[in-house]
This record gives sequence, C-alpha cells and structure tokens, in this order.
Amino acid sequence: MRYERPGTIEDAVAMLAQASGRSFVLAGGTDLLVRMKSDDFDADLVVDIKAIPGMDEIAETADGFAIGAAVSCAELAENSALVSAWPGVVEAANLIGSTQIQSRCTMTGNLCNASPAADSVPALVAADARVRVIGPNGTRTISAQNIPVGPGKTSLEKGDIIDAILLARPQPRSGDAYLRFIPRTEMDIAVVGVAVNLTLGADGSVQTARVALGAVAPSVILSEEAARTLIGTKLEAAALGALEAACSAASIPIDDKRGTVAFRKQVAGVLARRAARIAYERAGGK
Amino acid sequence: MSFDATYKEKKLKSVGTRPLRPDGVDKVTGRARYGADFNMPGQLVARVLRSPHAHARIMRIDVSRAVALKGVKAVITAADLPDLTNGNAALYAILDNCMARTKAFYDGHAVAAVAAIDAKVAREALKLIEVEYDVLPHVVDVDAAMAPDAPLLDENLFTQGIDPAPTTPSNVGNRSEFGHGDVESGFAKADVIVERSYKTEQTHQGYIEPHACVASCNVDGTAEMWVCTQGHFVYRQTCADLLGLEVSKLRVTSSEIGGGFGGKTHVWAEPLALALSRKAGRPVKLVMSREEVFRASGPTSQTSIDVKIGATKDGKITAALATLRYSSGPYADSWAETGAMTSFACYDLENVKTVGFEVIVNRPKVAAYRAPSAPMAAFAVESAIDELAHKIGMDSVELRIKNAASEGSRSSYGPIYGPIGIGPTLEAARTHPHMSAPLGKNQGRGMACGFWFNFGGQTCTDLNISADGTVTLAVGTVDVGGSRASLSLIAAEELGISYDDVKAVIADTSTLGYNDMTDGSRGTFSSSMATISAARNAIVTMRERAALMWDIPVEDVAWEEGHAKAVGASYDNRAPLSVKDIAAEAGNTGGPIAGHSELVADGAGVSFGTHICDVEVDPETGATRVIRYTVIQDAGKAVHPAYVEGQYQGGAAQGIGWALNEEYVYGADGRLQNPGFLDYRIPVCSDLPMIDTQILEIPNPNHPYGVRGVGETSIVPPLAAVANAVSDAVGVRMVHVPVSPPRILAALNAKAKG
Ligand SMILES: Cc1cc2nc3c(=O)[nH]c(=O)nc-3n(C[C@H](O)[C@H](O)[C@H](O)COP(=O)(O)OP(=O)(O)OC[C@H]3O[C@@H](n4cnc5c(N)ncnc54)[C@H](O)[C@@H]3O)c2cc1C
Repeated sequence: MRYERPGTIEDAVAMLAQASGRSFVLAGGTDLLVRMKSDDFDADLVVDIKAIPGMDEIAETADGFAIGAAVSCAELAENSALVSAWPGVVEAANLIGSTQIQSRCTMTGNLCNASPAADSVPALVAADARVRVIGPNGTRTISAQNIPVGPGKTSLEKGDIIDAILLARPQPRSGDAYLRFIPRTEMDIAVVGVAVNLTLGADGSVQTARVALGAVAPSVILSEEAARTLIGTKLEAAALGALEAACSAASIPIDDKRGTVAFRKQVAGVLARRAARIAYERAGGK
Repeated sequence: MSFDATYKEKKLKSVGTRPLRPDGVDKVTGRARYGADFNMPGQLVARVLRSPHAHARIMRIDVSRAVALKGVKAVITAADLPDLTNGNAALYAILDNCMARTKAFYDGHAVAAVAAIDAKVAREALKLIEVEYDVLPHVVDVDAAMAPDAPLLDENLFTQGIDPAPTTPSNVGNRSEFGHGDVESGFAKADVIVERSYKTEQTHQGYIEPHACVASCNVDGTAEMWVCTQGHFVYRQTCADLLGLEVSKLRVTSSEIGGGFGGKTHVWAEPLALALSRKAGRPVKLVMSREEVFRASGPTSQTSIDVKIGATKDGKITAALATLRYSSGPYADSWAETGAMTSFACYDLENVKTVGFEVIVNRPKVAAYRAPSAPMAAFAVESAIDELAHKIGMDSVELRIKNAASEGSRSSYGPIYGPIGIGPTLEAARTHPHMSAPLGKNQGRGMACGFWFNFGGQTCTDLNISADGTVTLAVGTVDVGGSRASLSLIAAEELGISYDDVKAVIADTSTLGYNDMTDGSRGTFSSSMATISAARNAIVTMRERAALMWDIPVEDVAWEEGHAKAVGASYDNRAPLSVKDIAAEAGNTGGPIAGHSELVADGAGVSFGTHICDVEVDPETGATRVIRYTVIQDAGKAVHPAYVEGQYQGGAAQGIGWALNEEYVYGADGRLQNPGFLDYRIPVCSDLPMIDTQILEIPNPNHPYGVRGVGETSIVPPLAAVANAVSDAVGVRMVHVPVSPPRILAALNAKAKG
C-alpha cells in the first residue's frame, strides 16, 4: 500500500485519477483506518488530504459557509457563527462517536463513507447543503443528498475529491435540529436519525420545511410528504401527529442487529415530532 | 503441616485498610505487560482460519498453496493435533473446539492455522487454504434446538439422566434435577400462584484484552508459554494433555490480565500456538482479534426458563418449581445443572424442584462467566417473586425476608447452610435510603437477590523474607481483581509488618506447586489462607532464629505484633526482635527464612447479595436509563474494601449491560451479526450512575479472618433487578433479557392494543 500526503488539491486529484488499484481519500480516518484493519479490505493507495492548504478552514462567504473537507467535527462546535446559523448540523456532527472521534473525524468523511446511519448526513440534507467536488474534469457543485447512493456507495467518480461542504446563510426565522436514537448514551451507531429544518413566516407558521430521515433506508431520505404536514401549521398536535405518521410511513428500514423494522418506523415518527419542536423553537416559534 | 483455618475474631491493623494497589503505576503508565506485550527472538505470527458456516462437514482441506507461500513456516489442521483424549469427553470437546475435526459447529470454529514471518504473510496464507464444506442445516436457538424436528448436531447424543434412556438422539445432552419435598402438594396449599416463561440471550464476558500468547516448543521436549490466563497451571495441564507433553516440561507464565470474568479459564487458541511452534521449530505469537474473541471464545448460555411459585396469602412460599434450558454451544456440558442448583438458593423452601436441560446448538462453546449460570436463573426466579409480591399485595422485600434462608436451612441444592448473609442483606435493603428515594415520572424501582457458591481448592504459596526484612510473596492464583494487594495486606497482618514491606508476585508454573485457577471467587479466599499458613510457618522459623540469637529455648520465644519476644521473668531486659532484626542475622542463624504452604482451601463460604435499581424509561422509544443503583453484599471480611466495592460495582455494571443491551445476534444464515463492541453493546461510562455499595461482614467460619469470595455474586441479581425496575416503570412484565428498546416498545404496543 502506498500512502501519499500531497500539498495541493491538483496533485491529490491526479494521484487518485492515475491510480491503478483501489485508492482512497483519507480525511480523519475514523472509518477508513478501521476498515483497513479488517481482513477483507485492501487498499493500494491512500491519499491524505490534510496537508492541503485551506482544507482545514471554515470560510464565511457572502453566500454562507464553506467547510473544508479536513475540518474536524469538534472544530465545527468552536465556530460560533456556524453554531448559531446551523445548530442542527453542528449538533449532528458532534454526536459522532466520542470526544476522541470528533477531534479526528470530518463531515465530508461521514458523507463519503455512505453509511445509511451517518449522523451528520440527515442534518446536511435537511439544511440543503451542497458539496464542491474537484475532479479530473474540473470543479462542480452538487447537492449533498446526491453523494451517498447506497450503503458504502457514492456517486463520486474516480479522481473526485470533495474539497468543501457549502451551507447557505440561513433564512430569517429559520432553525434546524437533529435527533438520533441509540440504546446507549454515546459510542453507538444511530438506529434512527431525524433532521428537521424549518423557516417560519411572520405569523409564526411554517413556510418551508425539510425533513430528512437516516438509518431507515439504504441512504438518507428527504421526505416531502413529511415536510408537507408542517407547512402552514404552528406545529399543533394534529400537525405533529401527521408528521409522525408521515415519517413512519416514509421509513423503509430493515431488521438487523441494531433494531427492528417496527421499532425504527415508530421511533422515526417520535424523533421527527421532537426534532420539529426543537427546530421550531430555534426558528423563534412559540 | 496442619493448619487451623477456623475463624477467630481479632483486632486487625492492615486487613480492612485501603492502600494503593501495587500494580497501579504499571497499569496507568503502560508498563504492565499483557498477553500481547511479550516477544521472543525469531518469533512467528500465527493466524487462524475459521469456518464461515454455522454447521458444516469438512470434506477436504488443502493447505498446499499456503505451505508453498514464501514466509510461511507452518500450517496445521486437526491432523496435527492427534486425539490423545482417551475417552475423556470434556477434554475431547476442548480439542475439537480448538480445531474442528470432522465438522465445523459454529460460525468462527477454527479449521486451520498458519505461522508465518509476519502478519501480512499469515493473512495471505489464510486466503490460500482451500476448505471444502458440506453445509448442513443449523440451529442456534435453545428452544428451537429442543424441537423434535431440529437439525441434530451429534447423531450419537442420547440424553443422559432420563429413565428409561431415550432411544433416539437429540440435542439435549443431560437432564439434572434438584430439590426436596413435594411440589404438587405444595402448590395445592397455595392461595396465589405465579407461572411464567423467561428467556435470556447469550452474552460475552467482554474482557477488554483479547486472548494472546507466545508459545515456544524446543526440540528437547521442553516448551514455554507466556499467556493471558486466569489459571496458568490449568492451561499447562490442558495444553500438555492435548499435545502429549510432559506437564513439568511445559513452563507457563501468566501475563498481566485485562479482564477474564471466567472466559480465560478455558483454552482457546493456546494449543494451536504450541502445535504451530512444534511444527515450525520457532516461537509463535498468537493474538486473537476482537472479532475472533466474539465468534470463537467464551460466551455464556442462552437460556429459556419456566418458573412456577405458589404462596399463601400472607406470603409464605409453599412450593417452587423451575425448568431450565441452557445452551452450551456444540458440546454437552453442565451449565443448566449449575443454574438448577442456584435457582432457589436464597430461600428456605419446604417443597422445591428444579430441572435442568443441557442443550447443544451451533454457537461457540459456552465458557464460565462470573457466577456462571446463576444470573439467568436468578432473573427468572426473582422476576417471579416480584410478580408474586405484586399479586399478594406485599412489599417485595418483606416477601423475601419472610422466605429467606438462614443458618440451618436446607438449601434447594442439598447442603444445610451455616451462617449466611441473605437475611442481613435484605434487612439492609429495607432500611437503605435508596428504598425511600422519590421516583419521578416514567421511573420505576426493582430489587432482586442473588447467590453464589464460591470455591476454595488447591493452593500453594511461598513467602520469602529478604535480608532487609521485606517480604516477597509468590502466589499461583492469577491476580484478576486485586488479589496481590489483598494478599500483601494479609501477609503484613500476620507478620506484623507494614503493607509497603510486602511485594506479591504471581509465580510461573515451574517455580511453585500447582494452583487451581482464579475462578469461583477463590483467589483471595484460598490464597489468603495459604498466605496465612506460609506466614505462620515463617514465624515458626523466625522464633527459632530469635532463640538462636538469644541463645534461649525456642519455647521461651513468643511472637507478638511482628516481634519475637522472650517470655519469662529472667529475659525481661531483652528488647524484642523485629522481622528486620531477625532477617538481618539470617545468614548467621541458618540461612534464608521462608514460609511455604500447600493446602486445599475448604469451606469457601456461600455468598449472597441484594440489589436495588431505579430506571427511567422513555415510553415513546423504550430507551432506558439506570438512574440509581445499590449493591448490598456479604463479604465475610473485606480485606481491601475498595477492591471489594470495585467487585460489587463491576458485577453490577456487567449485569446491567446484560439486562439492557448485550446480546449475540445471529442472522438466518447462523452467522454472528455483531462480533464487535460497536454492535455488541456493553455499557459505556456515561451509561451508568455511580453504583452505591454496602459491604456486610458475616464472617465465614472456615477462614481465619472470615473471608468469603466476593467477585461473582454481584452479577447475579442485576438482570432481575433491572428487569423488575423496567417492568415497574412501564407497567408491563418484561420476560426477555436484554430488555432492549425494541422489546420494551413492542411490549408497550401490545399493552396499548390490550
Ligand atoms: C468509535 C467510532 C464511533 C463512531 N461513531 C459514529 C457515530 O456515532 N455516528 C456516525 O455517523 N459515524 C460514527 N463513526 C464513523 C466515523 O467516525 C464517521 O463516519 C466520520 O465522520 C468519518 O469521517 P473521517 O474524516 O474520519 O473519514 P475517513 O475515515 O477519513 O473517510 C471515510 C470515507 O470517506 C472518504 N472520504 C473522506 N474524505 C473525502 C473527501 N474529501 N472526498 C472524497 N472522499 C472522501 C474516504 O475515502 C473513506 O472512504 C464512528 C467511528 C468510530 C471508529
């Protein structure tokens, strides 16, 4: 196996594009290094992107935030502007693993690992995050939602590297929230995860809503049915009941070591209701 | 030498204090050497090839391509481990479990092993071994394995203990029965009867350190092994038996141990490391991965238990009956029998009967896990008692007190009890502030009792007094829970010297006589007895030396408070001689001073505990948090109270994990789905409250200081205590452990539907 630590994104892309065997980008390594210890995993080339200037920065632009691909999840929580703009995204990223894991791992890695249970991904999708991809054919910006396409599979092509996650400046009177279910208090993988992002009108009723569900399908679900249940409401009991039912219905989980189908569907609804309330309050709703 | 082990009350100076642990600095600075920290020149790396099938006949193994790989020094299969077990079924089971002979019986069963110059080559070699399997139908569930149409693991297994003997084979190896009185007439006298079936899932001991060893066989027939174990003398015996080595020529050194809890009382891959070393002619290091530890070492039984208890309206139990089915992995064993013995041990019963069935399944061979078999039986029985209390409308502590066994009671498994602690732990629970702490919304409280036998066994100890008067203590029971500190305290107490002047070490198998392993909570009980005996023998010698130094008859030399004293009016002016004084002159009075002891420590006092647990359950998700937990247990005598508390807390923590989340999850293909700590969920620190402890000291009459074993009992009550608390919080009786969120939510949904 070859390990490379290029100083420019161009070099990194070229190395990956020209590689013959199995090649991987290395960010925090909390997924990749663990997998590399397994007997059924082989890597021929690992390209560490942490030495590329700018990768470890959170840039505030006119449009919003550009979070470099090597920014650790712990660093997100130290950026007060980001925390106040996207509290749901930051809280999701800071549920990953433990303090030790968070100081290594990245949201980009979480997204590209393409686990159905990835914690930051529903929050990113609810926030309508985009990613900037640099590849052999140049730079393009695509929706974060379109990166994972199934367990362990992404839409990225050979040589592609995500160099930043882009979050818009939030609308006035908006708020987001993420909740997950794990049987323990930490160091666990989501059995269900739900992110809600709401924007309120001047009267306090919901104008736009995005509801994303994690760990209940091969990849993250953005449920328009669920979002629709909230539009025009002030999260009255009936609206929350409809949201709960819509989220349970939208979930298409499997029975596995982490939970049952029935459990996941039911808890997806419960968490959606709770996350919606938090997002609503963060948006200034009462 | 005869040794009087009877308890004598006396004022103690060292025993009962809480000095720093002698192994602490090494452990926190990373200097402690665990199993994988030992290396030898020229050592090879071993890897084991394991079956991906739950049940398969091995048709053919072709290792030729692996053997041909550059860097591979030895490849072994079962053919390299000829059967030397001579009809000993238990030993054969160990042999077959170490390396499958004709069939792979579970996902993870070893089928071949390689030794190579490094890990990469070893891994490569595994891929080159071709195994042709004839995959057979499998069964992993204890109840399914008992069904008449279940796939048979062993066509020659006919249940023993049944009269007349069955004529068809089954997956049930043995039936056992315990009890006395007549349960039918007892139930006839009952006003209230509770009858239920319970299930507990298979758990792993979850020791943090994986199995690891370095083995080195020499051409002259001698061999050495450095290994992480709870019993190096037992490992030596088993490995020598399996490999045809002379016992005394195999020297086994135990490493520091990162947890065992019973799982390191059995050999797993150690015989393979020796066989590889023998074949390769070089030392071989074998370290199991976490996945291998889960798939192929040490889980406890999965169980299915029916309990029926009858009582009068005023709470007197008239009859108790339990049927216990325990899985034992692919080889029949005696786990259900132990469960059947412990089930009702807390109670004084006129009519009691327990029946155990040993069930073989396509899962790893079951190993001891802290008070093996007792937690599951206690879960079923203590849940039923809890329900009985509710039905009668009686406080569950009162009900237990009313029926508790006491000195003179005939236990449900046979013996008559001496002085025991069940009553006192219950009395302590009744008045404990935990019992009256207010409960909030969605919170519930449960309590439960537990029993464990405790063992004694063969023990051998050397105590050497150095020229400066400090003492080294060489013991043969591996220190798994702090026994070096406790034994140093005991030696200090007996000799009348400071704890800091005693250094205890674990001797290897060539430097000390045989010791049984550290199991059955016997470490401190038995080795302290041997230490006391060795110290008293050293004192005999020191009195003789003092007599020589003073030139007076030894009869006139007494031993008091760490000093030789000349007794009698004529010696009044002689200053007493300390251990240091006598040691300094040893070279002139007959040479080094030592005390030796070998004995069978009989009379390990049985041990009882009562636990109280409060939980909060989220009724919408089934998430459970333990918010308050108290352990009350009889220690006989707490030699080092901080360690005793640690044992109480550790057992409770493991029991809470078992009660709430830990379980082996198998797929339809019979493969283990969660062989790692990510999905095999032991509690993390933040999952647990501070576990409160209360030590009771009801002296064991058969130990000079009254010591009982304390290590295991603490894991017996938690399954029931937690399940009773959850049942109280959600208003539904939870009968399947772990009471994981999906099970709780399903129970709540069923209740809501009516
Ligand atoms: C103990 C432990 C606990 C964990 N707990 C959680 C948890 O609670 N929730 C959760 O969601 N996850 C959890 N994880 C998984 C992991 O920590 C996260 O998925 C993490 O966000 C991965 O980030 P990373 O930077 O470490 O990724 P890496 O391991 O460096 O990379 C992950 C994958 O993404 C690819 N990749 C990384 N960066 C890029 C890029 N810029 N462009 C293209 N591809 C890229 C890599 O090639 C690799 O395939 C846990 C892991 C461990 C070890």
